[in-house]
Amino acid sequence: MSEKNKNKIHGWVHPDDMRAYRLKHKSMVKKNKLTTLSEAIKNGVKSNDYLVLGGFGAVRNPMAAVYEIIRQEINDLTLGGKASQNDANVLIASGNVTQIEVAYAFADEIRGLSRPARAAVESGRLKVLSEMTNAGFQWRFTAAMKGLSFYPTRTSIGTDTLHYSGSKTITDPFTNKPIELLPACHPDVAIIHVHRADKYGNCQIDGNVTIDVEIAHAAKHLIITAEEIVSDEVITNDPALTKIPFFVVDSVVEVPFGSHPNQVPGLYSFDENQWQIWLDASLDDKKIKDYLTTYIHETNDHYDYLDKIGSIKVLHELQKIEKGLSPYPKVARRG
Amino acid sequence: MINETEKMIIAGAKLLPTDTAIYVGTGMPLLASILALKTHAPNLLFVYEGGGVGGQPSGRLPIQVSESLTYEQGTIVGSIDYVMSLAQAGWIQYGFLGGAQIDIYGNLNTTIIGDWEKPKVRLPGSGGGADIASFCEKTIILMRQDKYKFVKEVDFLTSPGYLTGDNSRDDVGLPRNTGPYRVITQLGIYGFDEVTKKLTLLQLFEGCTLDDVQENSSFPIAIANDWSYLPPPTAEEVTALRKLDPHGLVIG
Repeated sequence: MSEKNKNKIHGWVHPDDMRAYRLKHKSMVKKNKLTTLSEAIKNGVKSNDYLVLGGFGAVRNPMAAVYEIIRQEINDLTLGGKASQNDANVLIASGNVTQIEVAYAFADEIRGLSRPARAAVESGRLKVLSEMTNAGFQWRFTAAMKGLSFYPTRTSIGTDTLHYSGSKTITDPFTNKPIELLPACHPDVAIIHVHRADKYGNCQIDGNVTIDVEIAHAAKHLIITAEEIVSDEVITNDPALTKIPFFVVDSVVEVPFGSHPNQVPGLYSFDENQWQIWLDASLDDKKIKDYLTTYIHETNDHYDYLDKIGSIKVLHELQKIEKGLSPYPKVARRG
Repeated sequence: MINETEKMIIAGAKLLPTDTAIYVGTGMPLLASILALKTHAPNLLFVYEGGGVGGQPSGRLPIQVSESLTYEQGTIVGSIDYVMSLAQAGWIQYGFLGGAQIDIYGNLNTTIIGDWEKPKVRLPGSGGGADIASFCEKTIILMRQDKYKFVKEVDFLTSPGYLTGDNSRDDVGLPRNTGPYRVITQLGIYGFDEVTKKLTLLQLFEGCTLDDVQENSSFPIAIANDWSYLPPPTAEEVTALRKLDPHGLVIG
């Protein structure tokens, strides 16, 4: 066996230790797990935790939870940068993250690179722990969900990305060719935003489930924020729609428009106006500070935040855009 | 007057066959793929790394690989696991890539400029790039060309091209019959030598010269014996492209 991994492995736990952890901390009994966002974050996210946020890119992200972490000044977080965009860039810009594992980060896809996130790395304020690919990060959570210590793949063999990923290369005993083993990843805490959940934590997600089913089963502590808390019957009437079951969930919070300014498929679109305000602010450290003060520190909670970004008039329009009833506005880009 | 981005996108679209699945990312790759879909390849199957397969987006360009528009009028919407597994198992033949640096074997860097421990410039990292580069039969690289982008050695080998040439790609364990197929820059289209796997000029855009090709590269570029000029884009192609991106989000 040749070990090419240059870096320490982060988030890996022996599968038997995870079995013991689950036995002790998770319950197969349905309990009411409803709480407030403030309580869920206070009890669930600690300084120095390894944090993973659900969704993909700027779609179905737990943004309200991100803002609450910033409000509560929970610092020195290690972030799983799995196709992380707005959620990560805001959290990094506000200084709450000091370490990151990177599949994709520091940018907003077509909107451009994120200056404050890049500057954080280039100045040494944010340490990059490892590199991997989007498939690689997905399969680290897959291994964790399956109770395995690794996941075998042929992605990126022979690259520096693999060399800095914490993975190991062995000879595949069937093909006799090299194969890459990705270490399982168990975040200390994951936060996932879903379309609807019941009070026990059973979740429905419409459309793309991204990596969230695996992350939900991999995390030690799981906070669900839901657009809507529904009655028990909505879940029991059609269990085929349940994507995350109650027994992996630790707390549940109802947070309408919890992904704003990002999209929740089928419910509301990107808020291009708010996006442009953020992108303009992100060009300058002082303006970032003002942005965070105005929209996060000076708002008491997410409802307060929603009032500040324009309230029902803006939010209703975002619903209409997503349904195709209003035209799509100009796409915001970094200047 | 057609700009360089438009020229590269139209050339990329024309390389796509009519009966294939393509791994699309937002930006130039998506625009090239949609242009092919609307012109010569109406059956092109789009696969987005966000999980959407077969989407036929209308109205505007998707700005995120995971947004709902990517599976509008589509075939199936799954997960990252689902589409990455499709790729690893060989279902997705084509993919587009970009990069900050490329070397003579088509290896790409999208991670850092400088030293990894203390980078001068931090870039987004692999994302799905190294996955596409590892799994697709034929990848098409769209990037601008100059001496700082066409380098002797990439600062960080993010996504595999032909590694150190010859059979090295097979030898390390990457899937057989995969790798970079073409590189499109503002100067022309390149392929890779069948044996040595070194980058080779195949076609030039009109107005560009063989000297331009060499002057904008830090490594020597071979010229195919039968190199030719690309036919200029037709007015219909340019009109079709601009109709897809009326606000110039990608084409500027």
